[in-house]
Amino acid sequence: MHGKALPYLLLMPATLFLCIFFLYPFALVAFEAVTRDGAFTLDNFRTMAGSWKFPVTVRNTVLLAAIVVPIQLTMALLMASVVSRLETGRGAALYVFAIPLGISDLAAGLIWLAIFDQSGFLNTLLSSLGVIDRPVMFLGYQSKLTIFIAVALAEIWRATAIMMVILVAGMGLIPKEYYEAAEVFGASPWQRFVRVTLPLLRPSLQTAIILRVILAFEVFAVVAALGGTNLPVLMGETYNWQFTLQDRNVAAASALLILAISIAFTLFFLRVLRVPKEARI
Amino acid sequence: MAEIAIKGIAKRFGGFTALHQVDLTISDQEFMVLLGASGCGKTTLLRIVAGLERPSQGEVWIGGRRVDHLPPRERGIAMVFQNYAVFPHLTVFENIAFGLRMKKLPQQEVERRVNRTAELMHIEQLLKRYSGQLSGGQRQRVAVARALAMEPDVILMDEPLSNLDALLRLEMRAELKGVLAASKTTTIYVTHDQVEAMSLADRIAVMHQGRIVQAASPVEVYRNPAARFVGSFIGNPPMNFIPATKAANDSWTVAGLTLPGPRSDKQKLEFAIRPEDVDAGGEGLHATVRVVEPLGPHTLVTCDVAGGLFRAILDSNASVQVGDDLRLAPKPDRIRWFDPETANAL
Repeated sequence: MHGKALPYLLLMPATLFLCIFFLYPFALVAFEAVTRDGAFTLDNFRTMAGSWKFPVTVRNTVLLAAIVVPIQLTMALLMASVVSRLETGRGAALYVFAIPLGISDLAAGLIWLAIFDQSGFLNTLLSSLGVIDRPVMFLGYQSKLTIFIAVALAEIWRATAIMMVILVAGMGLIPKEYYEAAEVFGASPWQRFVRVTLPLLRPSLQTAIILRVILAFEVFAVVAALGGTNLPVLMGETYNWQFTLQDRNVAAASALLILAISIAFTLFFLRVLRVPKEARI
Repeated sequence: MAEIAIKGIAKRFGGFTALHQVDLTISDQEFMVLLGASGCGKTTLLRIVAGLERPSQGEVWIGGRRVDHLPPRERGIAMVFQNYAVFPHLTVFENIAFGLRMKKLPQQEVERRVNRTAELMHIEQLLKRYSGQLSGGQRQRVAVARALAMEPDVILMDEPLSNLDALLRLEMRAELKGVLAASKTTTIYVTHDQVEAMSLADRIAVMHQGRIVQAASPVEVYRNPAARFVGSFIGNPPMNFIPATKAANDSWTVAGLTLPGPRSDKQKLEFAIRPEDVDAGGEGLHATVRVVEPLGPHTLVTCDVAGGLFRAILDSNASVQVGDDLRLAPKPDRIRWFDPETANAL
């Protein structure tokens, strides 16, 4: 066996797998998005953008991402700082924080539905405390704001831990001496966080933010469980075009739009949080 | 004025006692070296003075102010770390300026101090670079410059030269001595390298198993070790020790030789002499030569004296062969006596 060929040979199965089950379908979807009845056209994108739901969908999705991701980032940084500083019980704390990660997003949506539902835990609690005398409909079609808040809460609850895990790993890579040096040279705990932790955490921040932003634009099951069609989002609309309206070409166009947004944000954060080669640890 | 007083400092890590009731006073502008083998507690003591470690008991005073409850930034100290801790995400300029920025000094003053210390450490051409673009020696210079830029009362140094190669270490050692003497700071310097300690220190505090065994000037520590450990640790090769038994009231038998010694009611003592403090020939200890090492300026001879190892440094002109029987006469004023039970000097 030729030594140089071996690594490529070992990578072959995975590469083939990705080509067959990812690249090929992706090419098909891309092709479907820009054709109709075999002819090249941009009509699919026009149809998608022309739908009365489209602006609402985009607004909801962007708003959700813009609110959820910064809150998650802040919380994840806070949690990671606390966890990193623990001397005992660090593993246990990580496990507890990471529990929501093990739950599927639909299940997470259903858990929060069980809380906000008309006969849910929140109503039961409020009425047993005597705050309300009859159940409140939190998630009705008239209360879009409550639905939005419920979805945001569920998303924060569900997916903050993944950011935290990445940040804890990143913080573990920062040598302790840097903090000690900063401390000796006059930095307060907050200054140490801003002037040492954050800059040295950039690679991990990059990974965590990109991952979360991509997932935020793909939000679907939690919204479906809590809001049904009352809070339309991009992924939900893609689903609608495919299965309710049976138009695979527009669905493909919609999927491509989500991909384009994801790529755009990925490139943006790669650029903004780039660490120059000479400034790496 | 920054006199440092360490009063009854003890440090326990779980069941392990790293420091037992250490007392040490370092006068203003003094260069104090904490010397000891690894694990003797010297770095722990330094970190307690810095405030990076809390003592289990005892007090630390700097410049007449009790500081052991204060965070490091309120102690008026600067520190040079063993692996430099030069921030990788900042340029050399910003690294040196770090402490000044924390103090919120005006930009003009920051620039003045950074440029001055960079010049002092000969790194003014590196100010725009990042740590990743520097050699170990250059990083070391940045770390020292960062400490000096603070114009602190006290500089703490934790084995600052141990990661440099031998030649660079020699160069930096001489430079550090000059720079620190000029800066008029009080310095505590931790090292396991006795040559470094001897060459830099005004006073050396020799540490062993969490205690300061002796704190005195380099020459004093070398000539008059307060304990057997000091004699066996300092000096290369170290002191020779031979058991001695009482011959008369103030004379002792050492390997068959009767020598005048201290009056003591003990029956056994330990005789000690530095390798360079013996003369070949005349009346002396019976020694059988085992190894001869000509080192240029002198010859190192390893012999067998009364069944024990004995090293002597002889003139390089001495013609000594393996197997020779020598007479090694100890210089009377350099003989030291130790109590074998307490290991302390008499």
